[in-house]
Amino acid sequence: MKTTASHRFLHAYGIVFLAYLIVPLLVMGGAAFNSSKFPSPLPWTGFTWRWFNELFADSNMWWATLNTLWVAIAVVALSVPIGTGAAILLNNLKGRSRTILYAVMIAPILTPGVVIGVSTLVFWLRWGVPAGLHLSILGQTSFIAAYVMLMVLARLQSFDGGLEEAALDLGASHWQSLRRILLPHLYPALGTAAVLAFFQSVENFNTTQFTRGSQMTLTVYYGARGRSGVSPTINALAVILITITVVAAIGFEIWRRRKEAQKKLAA
Amino acid sequence: MQAMVRRYGGFITGLSLALTAFWLLVLVLIPYFDMFESSFRPYLPFVDIGGPKDIYSLNNYLSIFHNPTDIKVNFFGFETKLFMSIHLWVFFLTIAFSCLSTFLAFLLCYPLAYYLAKVLEPGRLATFMLILIIPMWVSELLRTFAMFILLAFNGPLTILLQSIGVVTGGVRWTWSLWGYSGVVFTLIYVYVLFMLFPVYNAMTSLDSNQIEAAKDLGASRWRIHRRVVMPHCKPGIASGCVTVFMLCVGSLLVPGLLNSPSSQWFTELIYSRMFVENDWNGGAAYAFLMLIFCTIFVTLTMRLFKVGLADIAK
Amino acid sequence: MTASVELRGVTMDFDKYRAVDNVSVKIEPGEFFSFLGPSGCGKTTILRMVSGFIEPTQGQVLIGEQDMAGIGPNKRPTAMIFQNLALFPLMKVWENISFGLEVRGIDKAARRKRAEELLDLVDLEGVADRYPAQLSGGQRQRVAIARALAVEPKVMLLDEPLSALDLKLRQHMRAELRAIQKRTKVTFIYITHDQGEALAMSDRVAVMSRGHIQQVDVPQNIYNEPTNGFVASFVGENNIFTGALSATKNFTTDVGAFAVTTGQGVSHDSKCRLYVRPEHVSLVAKPKAGANAVPATVEDISFEGNFAVVHLRDKTGRKLSAELKNDASTPPPAVGASTHVVFGPEHARVLLDSDAVAYDGEE
Repeated sequence: MKTTASHRFLHAYGIVFLAYLIVPLLVMGGAAFNSSKFPSPLPWTGFTWRWFNELFADSNMWWATLNTLWVAIAVVALSVPIGTGAAILLNNLKGRSRTILYAVMIAPILTPGVVIGVSTLVFWLRWGVPAGLHLSILGQTSFIAAYVMLMVLARLQSFDGGLEEAALDLGASHWQSLRRILLPHLYPALGTAAVLAFFQSVENFNTTQFTRGSQMTLTVYYGARGRSGVSPTINALAVILITITVVAAIGFEIWRRRKEAQKKLAA
Repeated sequence: MQAMVRRYGGFITGLSLALTAFWLLVLVLIPYFDMFESSFRPYLPFVDIGGPKDIYSLNNYLSIFHNPTDIKVNFFGFETKLFMSIHLWVFFLTIAFSCLSTFLAFLLCYPLAYYLAKVLEPGRLATFMLILIIPMWVSELLRTFAMFILLAFNGPLTILLQSIGVVTGGVRWTWSLWGYSGVVFTLIYVYVLFMLFPVYNAMTSLDSNQIEAAKDLGASRWRIHRRVVMPHCKPGIASGCVTVFMLCVGSLLVPGLLNSPSSQWFTELIYSRMFVENDWNGGAAYAFLMLIFCTIFVTLTMRLFKVGLADIAK
Repeated sequence: MTASVELRGVTMDFDKYRAVDNVSVKIEPGEFFSFLGPSGCGKTTILRMVSGFIEPTQGQVLIGEQDMAGIGPNKRPTAMIFQNLALFPLMKVWENISFGLEVRGIDKAARRKRAEELLDLVDLEGVADRYPAQLSGGQRQRVAIARALAVEPKVMLLDEPLSALDLKLRQHMRAELRAIQKRTKVTFIYITHDQGEALAMSDRVAVMSRGHIQQVDVPQNIYNEPTNGFVASFVGENNIFTGALSATKNFTTDVGAFAVTTGQGVSHDSKCRLYVRPEHVSLVAKPKAGANAVPATVEDISFEGNFAVVHLRDKTGRKLSAELKNDASTPPPAVGASTHVVFGPEHARVLLDSDAVAYDGEE
C-alpha cells in the first residue's frame, strides 16, 4: 500500500510540519533583534540589543515575573501534597466508590479554565474574599492537583504493598513506613509532578485572567497588553524563554540517553 | 476504609481524606455549585441581595436571546439576513469555528501521526519528538504571539509574499471567514499537538501486520485507512477531538489577540459580562451554558465514536 | 527470648467466605511448628492473624499468654518472612537488615555492626553494601531471615519461604533454617504445602484443609498414624480401596475382604476407605492362605536409585503401587507378570473420609 513514493511524501510532510511549528517561533525570535519598532523581522532595519535592554528595564515586567513565580511555587506546594494524598486514598479504594471518586477528580482537567475561574471567584466572594492572585492559586490548584494525582497514581501501581507490611512487621510506625518505604518509591513521580505543576501554573492564562483582580502575572501582563501597543520587548522575552526551553529539552535528552546507556551497562 | 486505617494508621488516612476533601469540596464541587446557584439569581445592587427581589429564575440564561438585531451574513456569495441576538450568534459561531478548527487540526495531524507511528525509523523518532516537544513546552502565550506577529497586517508573511510579487499592499489575514480566519489559523497552530499525541499513541498500538494483511488482500490505500487504521484509532481520535474542541471553545487568549474588530468569541462575552458590566450572575450563567454545551459535545462524540470515558482520559 | 502462641476458637470470615473455622491449637515456646495443607486451606490466614495484619472474626490469638486483640503488627513480638521476601529494593542489604533497629532509634554505627553480626549468623559475609536486586535467590532468603532476627522476635513466622527456590537450594535451606531455629531457640511457625518440608523440619505439624485442622501431631505420627483420609492421602503415597467395614471387623472391597486396623471414629456404618502405603506391601506370587492379597498385573517399574516403584493394576482396573528396596537377591517381577499385592493388617488402615477431600476422579 505504501510505496516508497508515498513514504517520500510522508517524509516531506514530516519536515514541512516541523517547519510549520518551528518557523513562526523563529520569526518571533528574529524580531527581537530587529531595530524596527514593529515586532517583525521584516523589514530588517538593523541589529540591536535595544529590546532586551527595554525588557530588563521594565519594572512592571519584573513585578509580573515575581508574581508568576510565587504563584507557581504556591501552586506546587498545594497541589503536590493534595495530589499525592488523593492518589494514596484512591489506590486504597475498589469498585464503585473508586470509579466515582476518580471521575470527580479528573473533572477539573476537562473543565474550561473560564469556568474554573468564574466558579472560584463566585465561591470566595460569598466568604468576602476579593479577587487576586490568591484566588488564582486556588483555581489553578483545582486542576493541577488532578495531574499530580494521575502521575502519583501511576507510580503507585508499581509499588509492592508487601513492603509496607514488612516495615510494620519489623516495628515501624505508620509514619515511619510512609517516610522510609512508600515516599522514596514515589520520589521520581513527585519530582516530575512538581516540575509539571510549576510549568502549568506559569503558562496558565484563562483561570488566572478571571481570578486575578488587578494583579499581574507574566502571561496575563503580555496577554492583556497584546492588542494595545506591542513592542518587540515581548519578542525579547520570547527569545529568552525559548532558549531556556531548548536548552532544557536538549539537556533532558542528554540525561535520558546517559541513563539508558547506564542501564545497558548494568544489565 | 477499614483496610486503609489498618494499612496506614488513623493519622495518615485522616490526612489523605482531609486533603482530598479540601480539594474536591472547597476547590471544585462547592464552587461549581455556587456558580450554578448564582446563575439563577438576578444581578442586584448589594443591599437587595437576599431580599425579596432575590428570586430564582432562568432570566440570566434567557438573556442570551435578548436584543435581537439584524445580522447580515455573507455565505460564499449568498447574502442573507438573520434576526437574532448578537450573543446567540457569537455562541453559535464559537461552536462552529471550534468544530472547524478541530476538524482541520485532525486533517493536519493524521498523516503525521501515521508517519511517526509507522514510517519513520525508530532511531530518528526520538530526535523528531524532541523537536516536536519544544513548541509544546514553549507556552501557549508564545505560540499565540508567534502567529499574531506572523499574521499581522504588515507582518512578515505579507512582506514575504510582497517580495515575491504574490500580493501588493497589506493583507488583512484576520478578516476572512467573517473576521475569524486569524482565530481559526491560530487555534489550529496553538492546539495541534494536543490532537497529534493521542492519535499517535493510538496508532502505535496498531499492529503493522494488519496493514500488511489488508494490502495483501488488495485493498487500496484509502480503504485501508478507512477500514483498518481509523477504526483502531477511534479512542485516540475521539480523545484528541474532545481535547482540542474544549480548548478552542474555552480559549480566551487567542481570540483576544487575533480577532478583527467585528468578531467576538463567547469567552470574551463572559469576560465582559463579568468585569465590564459587573454582572457576575449573568457571567456565571454564560459560563454554565458553555460548560453544558461542551459536556453535550463530549457525550455526543463519545457516543458517535463509541468510546468510554476511561479511554479518553489520557 | 521466646514465647508460646495459642489460638483459641479462632474463626475468620471474609465477607461470605469462611477461611478459618474454629481452630484451637497451642504452640509451645521454642517449638518449630508447621501448618501443612493445600492452597486455600487457611494456613496463610492463620499466619496473618498471628502477625497482626488481620483480626479474627471470632476467637483469640495469644502470644506469650497475652491476648493480642487490637494490637497492631508493629507492636507484636513477631517477625515475618514473606513469601516474596519483601526486601526493600531502595535500601542496601545492611540497611534492610537493620531497618527494625532504625525504627527503634538505634544509631547508625551500632546498626551497621549488628547487621554484620547477623550476616555472619546466616553465613552471608561481604554483601552488606549491595542491593537486594544484585543477590541470588538463596542470598536474598538469608537477608530476609537476618532482617527478621535483628528485631529479636519471640516468634518467627515463615510464609512458604522456600517455594521459589530450586530443589538443591531448598534442601540446603531446610537444614539451615532448622539450625538457625535450634541456635536462637525462637518459636518458628512455618506454613507450607510441601509435606516433605513440614515433616523434615518440624517438631510438630498441623495438617489443615478448608479452614479446619485435621490433625496436630509429631511428624512420625502424622505419617504412620493419620487420623483420617485427608491426612493419609495428603502426606505420603497410598493404595486406596473403597468399601465398607463389616461386623467382623473385616473390610470388604470389590477385590476381597481384608483384615485391617481401624482408625479414629470408624464404625461399620461410617464412610471410610482403606489405605495401604506402598512401602508396606510386598509382591508375592503365591500368598499364604488368609493373608490380605490382591491379584494384580505389573504395568511399569521405575527405578529410583535405592528403591524401585512397581506400578500394578488389579482386575478392576484400579492402580496400585509397591515400593521395593533395591535388593539384588529379590528382584521385582517383570513387566506384564501376574502377582499378588500382599500387606499385613497392621499396615492396612481404615480411615474416615474427611469431607475436606475431593474424591471424584482421584489424584
